[in-house]
Amino acid sequence: MTELQIWTYALVGLSFALYFGIAWWARAGSTSDFYVAGGGIGPIQNGMATAADWMSAASFISMAGIIAFKGYDASAYLMGWTGGYVLMAMLLAPYLRKFGKFTVPEFVGDRYYSKTARIVAVICLIVISLTYVIGQMKGVGVTFSRFLGVSMEMGLVVGMIIVFFYAAFGGMKGITYTQIAQYVVLILAYTIPAIFISLNLTGNPIPQLGLGSTMADGSGIFMLDKLDQVVTDLGFKAYTTQNDTTINVFMLTMTLMIGTAGLPHVIIRFFTVATVKDARSSAGWALIFIALLYTTAPAVGAMARLNLVNTIQTGEIGAADSNLAMDARPQWMANWEKTGLISFQDKNGDGKIQYYNDGALSKAQADLGAAEKALKEAQDKAGDTAAAQAKVDAAKTAADEAMTKYMTDEKTKKFADLGWKGNEVTKVDNDIMVLANPEIANLPNWVIALVAAGGIAAALSTAAGLLLAIASSVSHDLMKGIFMPNISEKTELMASRVAITVAIILAGYMGMNPPGFAAEVVALAFGLAASSIFPVLMMGIFSKRMNTAGAISGMLAGIGLTLLYIFWFKGWFFIKGTEMAPNVAANWFLGISPEAFGTVGAIANFVVAFVVSRFTPAPPEHIQHLVEDVRVPRGAGAATH
Amino acid sequence: MLDRSAKAYWAANVRLLSICLVIWFVVSFGFGILLLDQLNTIQLGGYKLGFWFAQQGSIYVFVALIFFYAWRMGQIDRKFDVHE
Repeated sequence: MTELQIWTYALVGLSFALYFGIAWWARAGSTSDFYVAGGGIGPIQNGMATAADWMSAASFISMAGIIAFKGYDASAYLMGWTGGYVLMAMLLAPYLRKFGKFTVPEFVGDRYYSKTARIVAVICLIVISLTYVIGQMKGVGVTFSRFLGVSMEMGLVVGMIIVFFYAAFGGMKGITYTQIAQYVVLILAYTIPAIFISLNLTGNPIPQLGLGSTMADGSGIFMLDKLDQVVTDLGFKAYTTQNDTTINVFMLTMTLMIGTAGLPHVIIRFFTVATVKDARSSAGWALIFIALLYTTAPAVGAMARLNLVNTIQTGEIGAADSNLAMDARPQWMANWEKTGLISFQDKNGDGKIQYYNDGALSKAQADLGAAEKALKEAQDKAGDTAAAQAKVDAAKTAADEAMTKYMTDEKTKKFADLGWKGNEVTKVDNDIMVLANPEIANLPNWVIALVAAGGIAAALSTAAGLLLAIASSVSHDLMKGIFMPNISEKTELMASRVAITVAIILAGYMGMNPPGFAAEVVALAFGLAASSIFPVLMMGIFSKRMNTAGAISGMLAGIGLTLLYIFWFKGWFFIKGTEMAPNVAANWFLGISPEAFGTVGAIANFVVAFVVSRFTPAPPEHIQHLVEDVRVPRGAGAATH
Repeated sequence: MLDRSAKAYWAANVRLLSICLVIWFVVSFGFGILLLDQLNTIQLGGYKLGFWFAQQGSIYVFVALIFFYAWRMGQIDRKFDVHE
């Protein structure tokens, strides 16, 4: 075993021991413990737990890479996934805490005096949370397999066992304290490499300031200006300016914001604090803890991109010896090539690597490669070689055309004249920017091991929160609330433990065999939360006149329209080949991409709900009193059913 | 005579959160998206200002807004005698 593996086993093992210890200490004794951690969590503690609950494997592993390759356009994720907390703190959390129940569908059911409304809310919640949790389970497996060299299935099973221990025994109580520990692990794992990289590149140890500083190489040029210059020299789009359309950035940001505010597993975290006042400030604490990572991520992204470019393009474009030689690749590239996250191909045979934007050439070359591979397989297995040959011929023609365009187009001609025959970094995955960061900066092995523990902590904490949201909906809303209202508290506690166990097994199974929609988590989860849950909760608090018919028709209109739009461009139930139109900007409604469409769904929800409620009777007296009551802080007792 | 009714309390809350949400909208959608190109002509250290709002500034303002809202609401709660 290498030194790195020993460190990784030690740190990951230590963090697991900590989670087990907490699970034992924070066992749940009542349904109140299980659903809302007894309702006595302090605002700062809850803020920290919320931050871990919210920041998933995607935030930890993928976001910096998305920023690195999209530059300004990725701002939609940064603003969207933080700005939602402003909405939650002012429009939802304090009032839902005052309402004082255990689940989000329970509020919907009581406020709209309708079991149907409650069931619709449960269905939305389960679809959103299940989609989301599959990605987390997969994240656990992937992190395990990359750092510990075990198979992904093995990693997944270990992750499931750990979550089972603290989630099934401790419920919300166990999850809360574990999430606090997980936050500490993940934030250290994220910021320590970032500090070193910022120090290396700009001489400033604070990444947020380093990003706005001058380069440490004595040139006096600002880091971001330097980045803009090197990427545009290589034909890539400028880093700090907008390349996507304004309407799409706007709508995506808005969808992510209202989607965030409507995510049930985050909302229920605010049921665990003691008072309405605490619910307000706790949202602020949550956002501070989230902002620590979210303001570091842009620095990590930009600096990792600059490091990557500078490693490959070591000097002036076209000068002799200004490109990294294939044989001189640093160790981290070799390490991560094995995992398939990055790959190289010396297309012009000069023994050096060229990383640049070659227009459409790489894509045509890759298509040709795939067609040739298919032909070879067809020949080996005596398949339909004629059809495969025809595809190769077509791909060849396309590649030749791409090459002609590459040689003559003003944007790429200068590269062609240097004898460059296509981008030789054939793949570079978003995730590598965080995963390989410590190695790129030559940090010690324990830092690399810490990143592994951090990635697993981020995935486990989010998975646990989601699983609890699913389990409490099933045991509290469906069983106790609708089908078996007379069960005792003890039976309900047992049922919730069974429900969370089933949810863990289901999520683990789907993590191993991900359905087509697992990759579409952003479009689906945020689109649905934005178009269904956020509007129905907000109207329930801010409009006394909103009634059952309005709420249900609004939810159905919102989800219906959003799902229709997503399926239209991504295939019915994400089945390839059933798309109604190609998913390109020219076909989109007002240029809005499916990921950004949740806002339109939310608007439809509000409008339909408003119109229908005006034509149907006002809610009964006691419901109007209920609304008046949730608007006032005084009298918020412990959460009960 | 100060109106301490539930209705007046709610109106005070809605007024406060409307102000906060206007700021929320201006720093993110305004400065970070709609006015990006104009603000990018101004430098903040090594940052173009629009880019800074989109990737840093708006997040800091969000944090400040939530704490400001929580603090002001605490005052309003006591003024209307509805605090816990």
